[in-house]
Amino acid sequence: MGEILDNQPAIEMRNITKRFVDVLASDHVNLSLYPKEVVALLGENGAGKTTLMNILFGYYQYDEGDIFVHGKKVSFSTPKDAIAAGIAMIHQHFTLVPTQTVLENVIIGVEGGFFLNLGRAKKKLLEIEKRFGLNLDPDAIVSSLSIGKKQKLEILKALYRDAEILIMDEPTAVLTPQETDELFVELKELRNKGQTIIFISHKLGEVFRLCDRVTVMRDGAMIATHDVADVDRQTISNEMVGREVRLSFDKEPASPGEPALKARNLSYVDDFGITMVDRVSFSLRKGEILGVVGVDGNGQSELVRILTGSAKTLTGSVHKGDQDLTNAAPRRIRKAGVAHVAEDRMTTGTALPASIADNLLADRYADPTYTGRGGFLKRQAMAQTATDIVRRFDIRCSSPNQSVASLSGGNMQKVVIGREFTATADVLIVSQPTRGVDIGAIEFIHSTIMAMRDAGKAVLLVSSDLGEIMSLSDSLIVMHAGRIVAYFPSAAAVTDTELGLYMLGLKSQDETEIRMVLHE
Amino acid sequence: MNKHQEKRSLGKSISMFFTDREALEPALITLFAALFSLLAGVALIFLVSKEPVQSVQNFLLGPFLRKYNIYYMMIAMVPLTFTGLALCIIYQSKHMSLIVDSSFYIGAVVATAVGIHLTLPAGVHPAVAMLAAGTVGGLIGLLPAILKIRWRANELVSSLMLNYVFYFVGSFIILYFLRDRNQSILSSLPFKTTFLLPRLVPNSQLHAGFIIAAVFVVLVSIFMYRTKWGYEIRLIGANQKFASYAGLSVPTVILYSHFVSGFLGGVGGAIEISGLYKAFIWQVNPSYAWDGVIVAMLARKNPKFVPISAFFLAYMRVGADFMSRRGDVAFEFITLLQGMIILILASDKIVNYFKARRLKRTALQQSGQARAVAGGL
Repeated sequence: MGEILDNQPAIEMRNITKRFVDVLASDHVNLSLYPKEVVALLGENGAGKTTLMNILFGYYQYDEGDIFVHGKKVSFSTPKDAIAAGIAMIHQHFTLVPTQTVLENVIIGVEGGFFLNLGRAKKKLLEIEKRFGLNLDPDAIVSSLSIGKKQKLEILKALYRDAEILIMDEPTAVLTPQETDELFVELKELRNKGQTIIFISHKLGEVFRLCDRVTVMRDGAMIATHDVADVDRQTISNEMVGREVRLSFDKEPASPGEPALKARNLSYVDDFGITMVDRVSFSLRKGEILGVVGVDGNGQSELVRILTGSAKTLTGSVHKGDQDLTNAAPRRIRKAGVAHVAEDRMTTGTALPASIADNLLADRYADPTYTGRGGFLKRQAMAQTATDIVRRFDIRCSSPNQSVASLSGGNMQKVVIGREFTATADVLIVSQPTRGVDIGAIEFIHSTIMAMRDAGKAVLLVSSDLGEIMSLSDSLIVMHAGRIVAYFPSAAAVTDTELGLYMLGLKSQDETEIRMVLHE
Repeated sequence: MNKHQEKRSLGKSISMFFTDREALEPALITLFAALFSLLAGVALIFLVSKEPVQSVQNFLLGPFLRKYNIYYMMIAMVPLTFTGLALCIIYQSKHMSLIVDSSFYIGAVVATAVGIHLTLPAGVHPAVAMLAAGTVGGLIGLLPAILKIRWRANELVSSLMLNYVFYFVGSFIILYFLRDRNQSILSSLPFKTTFLLPRLVPNSQLHAGFIIAAVFVVLVSIFMYRTKWGYEIRLIGANQKFASYAGLSVPTVILYSHFVSGFLGGVGGAIEISGLYKAFIWQVNPSYAWDGVIVAMLARKNPKFVPISAFFLAYMRVGADFMSRRGDVAFEFITLLQGMIILILASDKIVNYFKARRLKRTALQQSGQARAVAGGL
């Protein structure tokens, strides 16, 4: 735990209240942040974390309450005011110019005047890098940097603007374990040099590794603040959700059967001529969850698109039993018994303006159960099925006729899961099942995936959440630069540090080890 | 949960309509657009007319004061209903093709040929004409869809261009193959009497097309909301990427939705020509498609509401016509009012304002419920 040397808070928010029309997004919130500490702001989606940070950063005006910076009352009307007061916000999605250098990105919007004094700016940047122990070549082109380095650049941008308070919105969501470790070392160094860091995250493990204090929000209100040393995960989870949460489940060992889906030698080249999937082969067995691990953008999405019919492979084949599904249309792949939880529920997984019922039946409306002779829909049967799925998957809504757009992210995802997991399929391709979903729904979705496996279905699980994939998968393949670089028959036998080495492409198994995944 | 499974009675669905804000708000905005345009019309008359009170009276009440004006409205509703229905289907699939203009016009030309050259008993004759016109109209409707699927050509642009092409094709056919050379004005040969639609009221022009239009409103409503094809059209309209992911063949749906839409246009053209005329005498394309746009927008793309919006448009038209013939306000002022309706309906901001407000309310209620539940545990 970081020592609080200074008794005056760097930032103090008192009684901050914010209403949107008549929704209380921020309910008399009090938050004090001291120099030299890392504070975690935890809460489910919609708990009010983002609103609170947007207030602090001057995006939103608040209705009641006061903000003090170093004991002085302030009022921010734009982010500019907040930046001037030493507050910086680092978003999950970077705001960088890829074609320019690190230095140029740092000074954008800061160095005024007609002539740029690049030399002086570079000197200042190097001084900052030295002081905070952040090493980054000022002349490197941004597009050539890894994601971890881009994030470092974002932090440097903030420091260059003399920021003392850094708000970091889920900074580890896009990082590998190694990059996360490095980031944490750097953030701790920043803290020791006197900075205040607000760390917004879903991941409890990281909060415990990095933070000094943790503050939990729920429904716009501050629920509790703890010193991290004095609290455990269970307490915090319960506070976030507002009830008892089951954090881990007992997993029965898998008993994999025959290969259900055989992918052989798949390749995909994108529109820019980049090989995204490079001769990938594997077999997916009945009754097992095969996890696909990799840093985002290493071909996992494209592999799934090939398997589900929205992209064409240049080489090789996909077979399910004796059915050839190579480059088949989504309709035929679904008919063959392959269901697919799409990675993006907003653009692909649902039709937002359509009703929950229409979304739930989109893959099966043409079955004789729902479409009678003459093409007439059997609305009774459709409503019945929709209501059943809504109940079984606990989709919180006032009626199945409500539009999907009006649902929360978690419930929207349950619509996707509800449809795909009730389809008559024995192969499930599940992409990012819990991205941006709150803890309560995650718990439910995870146990549903396990139940599918236990029912003998073959599950291919792709997720950027390493924790999720490690706890659910029976076996793992690691993808790097479009290739399978490792296969682990038992997911339990591998550590995330070791996985990280493969994910970064630092290590690769030999051909015979990888070929084990063919199960021939 | 069981309440959703119950068959809803009519009374219940009406009362639900008034409590279901998601359904009510668009209706209110549409009503607002209609009333606002009428009010603006009144204000405009006061600005330009020397005898405003009389003109306003003629405009607003004229359509109902004379029996023949009521028939006029009913007649005017027929083509508006057909193009409105056709565009509802296109808009529901989130496409923008206006090719129904050609389908309607060429439909009338095809019907003309049938009316002149085939010998069939009364009743069958116009029906055959409608079927032929509808089929040709449907095939024309396919063209922008094919261009879109094959070459990703924007269907709005290609349909507008094709409308010129088909207008001249139609004129060419009339001029070179169907023209009555004994007439000094441009006219086709006269139709056989068996081709003419029967009149509903003697000594008026109100023809059986009005009833056929009503039947088509019911048919299209059933098609859109009770059949799997309507479901598919609505689904690709809601999210094409999702539809494809869920296993629909999106190109097939685009093709048949455009065919059905063009078919309706063709039938509408045939009915118009066999209901009101004794020969093809259109010197210019009446361009009902643009009116269809307003009708479909006022109906919120729902075929059920097409008769209402077609009636409203017909009412404004007949009122303006009646007023202009008896006063000093030109008929063309109607285009201003139509423009206003489109502006109001097209400004999503108004709709979104209500939507955002409702969403926030629901969110508050849900979080309130969640808190109550959490408190109970």
